[in-house]
Amino acid sequence: MVYLTRKAEFSASHYYHNPDFTSEENQRIFGKCNNPNGHGHNYTLEVTVKGVVDPKSGFVVDLKQLKDVMSREVLDALDHRFLNKEVPEFLTMIPTTENLAITIWQRLAPKLNAAQLHRVRVYETPDLFVDFYGEG
Amino acid sequence: MKAHLTRRYMFSASHRLHSDEMSEEENRVTYGKCSNPYGHGHNYMLEVTVSGRVDHATGMVCNLVDLDGFVHQQIVERYDHQNLNLLAEFADDVPTTENLCIAIYDIVKRGFHTAHLEKVRIEETMLNSFEYCGEDSR
Repeated sequence: MVYLTRKAEFSASHYYHNPDFTSEENQRIFGKCNNPNGHGHNYTLEVTVKGVVDPKSGFVVDLKQLKDVMSREVLDALDHRFLNKEVPEFLTMIPTTENLAITIWQRLAPKLNAAQLHRVRVYETPDLFVDFYGEG
Repeated sequence: MKAHLTRRYMFSASHRLHSDEMSEEENRVTYGKCSNPYGHGHNYMLEVTVSGRVDHATGMVCNLVDLDGFVHQQIVERYDHQNLNLLAEFADDVPTTENLCIAIYDIVKRGFHTAHLEKVRIEETMLNSFEYCGEDSR
């Protein structure tokens, strides 16, 4: 089994707000992230797939196919977007880094047929990242 | 859904690698420059990884304010700009980065209960890093 990781970057804005909370609760729990006009990050995405090395090609996965799926399913949808307003999943779900990692996994997993998705890592800043391994 | 969240912190400290159980010659052979009697320092980069179910109401594994507050108060305040050899946890143990990983893991494990502690990782320099995941790996 060999693991292959492909990186990508996207920039997006978001804010944290739960309509079930009062204004005070939103402010207390989410702090500055609750600013309704949003704020942005340069996100770094790492997608790790695993598989057996194909004896003919020497590949775990066709990197071009992986790049294409990442571009189409993730980057086109998220890059330079206001996540809360423009990405369907986040119309009803708070776009935390945790939920971003889960959403990216759910977008990629059904589209990757050649290799198995192992991990989605999303860096919100160089000092904060979330890993999702598809665990329920 | 279960996710892992990792946060990075920095602190700077000095240490000397020297064991009283070894002769001067053994210390020199084992620790080399790190056994210099006056000590030396590093900018340590600490990574703390916690895991848990992503809370539906907040979208979070744990509130970063809580994790940051704990680590700043209990770890960064304790170690930043200190001589590690003078701290209680290194009275009997050599302050290698292996032992520093274990000491920090134990403090977080004992005091932070908002999420499950998965791992402590420390970069002593850009070229050396150490990880500790608890008893099972000890």
